[in-house]
Amino acid sequence: MMDVVMPQMGESIVEGTLTKWLKKPGEHVERDEPLFEISTDKVDTEIPSPVAGTVSEVLVQEGTTVGINTVVGRIDENGSGAATPAAEKPAAEKPAPQAPATPAPSAPAPQPVAKSAPPQPQPAPSQQAPPPPSPGPAAHATLQSATPTPPSQPAPVTAGLEEPAGPLSPLVRKMARDYNIDLKQVHGTGAGGRITKQDVENYMAAQGARTVAQATAPAAMPGPETRPAPAEAPMPRAEAPRASVEPMSTMRQKIAEHMVFSKRTSAHVTTVHKVDMTKVAKLRDRVKADFQARHGFGLTYLSFVTRAATAALRKYPLVNASIEGTNIIYHNEVNIGIAVALENGLIVPVIRNADEKNVAGLQRSIVDLSTRARSRQLKPDEVQGGTFSITNFGSFGSVFATPVINQPQVAILGAGVVEKTPVVIEDAIAIRSVCYLALTFDHRLIDGALADQFTGHVKSILENWSEDVQ
Amino acid sequence: MRCTGSPSMRNCEVHDLGRMGYTKALQLQHELMERRKRGEISDQLLFVEHPHVITMGRNGHAENLLAGPDLLGRAGIEFYETDRGGDVTYHGPGQVVGYPIFDLREWKRDVAAYMRAIEQAIVAALAEFAIDAGRVEGLTGVWVDGRKIAAIGVHISRWVTSHGFALNISTDLSYFRYIVPCGLTKPVTSMRELGSNASRQEVIGALAQSFGRTFEFAVQEVLVTTETL
Repeated sequence: MMDVVMPQMGESIVEGTLTKWLKKPGEHVERDEPLFEISTDKVDTEIPSPVAGTVSEVLVQEGTTVGINTVVGRIDENGSGAATPAAEKPAAEKPAPQAPATPAPSAPAPQPVAKSAPPQPQPAPSQQAPPPPSPGPAAHATLQSATPTPPSQPAPVTAGLEEPAGPLSPLVRKMARDYNIDLKQVHGTGAGGRITKQDVENYMAAQGARTVAQATAPAAMPGPETRPAPAEAPMPRAEAPRASVEPMSTMRQKIAEHMVFSKRTSAHVTTVHKVDMTKVAKLRDRVKADFQARHGFGLTYLSFVTRAATAALRKYPLVNASIEGTNIIYHNEVNIGIAVALENGLIVPVIRNADEKNVAGLQRSIVDLSTRARSRQLKPDEVQGGTFSITNFGSFGSVFATPVINQPQVAILGAGVVEKTPVVIEDAIAIRSVCYLALTFDHRLIDGALADQFTGHVKSILENWSEDVQ
Repeated sequence: MRCTGSPSMRNCEVHDLGRMGYTKALQLQHELMERRKRGEISDQLLFVEHPHVITMGRNGHAENLLAGPDLLGRAGIEFYETDRGGDVTYHGPGQVVGYPIFDLREWKRDVAAYMRAIEQAIVAALAEFAIDAGRVEGLTGVWVDGRKIAAIGVHISRWVTSHGFALNISTDLSYFRYIVPCGLTKPVTSMRELGSNASRQEVIGALAQSFGRTFEFAVQEVLVTTETL
């Protein structure tokens, strides 16, 4: 019996990820024939078998990262095909993980190994964090049922990942791999019975419905978050076959995390002030053509609001602060994050030292950052270091909204649409350009009085605008 | 022509294959790799330009492909899963793609050193066009000011390399919006965007020279090849 180890692919390399077994247990391999593939850095390397024989054991599953010289499998040099049962050896036989940081080789999972399924790289996430000592698929299902089943996570299908004979698109193959779907169970509706993305999604949706139905009963084991399992059980998959499932993009996941994190962290309170923008509107109307000609971009209300906010932040530094433990961190710079809507997300690039810029300078920064945000050309440090944020929901027609604080900041100012409105001035009705400014503040640090002083100061600057704009 | 150095130096043939489809280039690499393993040929360095194509490496994550197959099809972009390392990347016009078919047994037998050497060679080539590029610790590829200008993904079989790198000369960077390049939410850039008007030939010339210096083989002239090797 010959041990096959994770080879060292260079002096500085201490571990590698086994990405694919090219031979399955029971299969014959020639000496020097590629046996498995590993990945280090951005290099994919085929590793040849050290000897001829029969693959008797696969000890490291696909997608697992192990230290060099870890035994990943064994080859029986007296190769007879009857070696398959060896694959089901108890976990104790498996090598102890060499590097403590690497995830332990996942549970023995005898089924995919023993079956004559083609080797499929397993989705990384499930391998990275295997349910501690998984007693078997049943417990797995229970665990899943206790935590809310996200739409993109169908029940673990424990049958082997066999592929049907017909051609498969890379996307379908990838989906099957990522969601552990037995494609033989999927009814293909494409040309020649080919399985389409839609077919897989329909299958997943239907499968999901089934899982939830099954899962509600044995939900005895509470998940890590002790929330009542039945609560979400009947809901999400009821309309399942009509739903389509799509994994969130990385950006979406980050936004989701950040929003919930922020709501959990800060005591959000929003105060709204009505601002008469008539003076600013008149100034803007007067200079906007020249401004456009001189700078090559338009002049928007957002720059005026930003300018007023920077002045107010200078006056009320607590609004430009953040909390660290029980300390208040006062920032010496006023770095304003400007929320930019992207096609499928949101990013908040930062205008550094915004208080040192005038309206034209701010407008230039806003145009530059939002343009590059939309073409994904922002540098990493341009989305960091903000001390306060502004969101311009008025550009989408909103009158006012209650924005979520951009952590670790303590306040965010939202500007509603500027609209001509009848207002009462000294018992006469006048038509004025009005907008609502909404300040969401973290009540842990900022009390209502300060929030209103701050917003009132922004309002006062805008209503009594005195700076020239060129 | 065959690029041969002094007897002590290793030989390497450098070919500029011009525009070539992704699968055809892949097939060619496989052939050359097998012949290199058998010792029938010297090291090879191929330069190509691909039509619009998005490829997914072995460590690829579907979520880093931001467009569905139908959208890609409408945009005229092909999609392939490949056996190179790395995540998802885009190739297209205005980009020089380099495929070194090197036998690393004759160099250092070190995968990490090979990756760093490719990066070094690209950095040196860009320096000739006054572009101050560099490496970023922990992030494979070549970077200018936080933006990625060259992506690297490699396959190795018995120490013989295939796949390689892609350097943006005048690439239309808007095509990168279909993907999260290499799974990183970091921007990309091109030589053109950085103010260089270098031609493809000039860039290939500089790359051939810097690869020669880095991997210690002599390069006199790039062979322009239109037929299969």
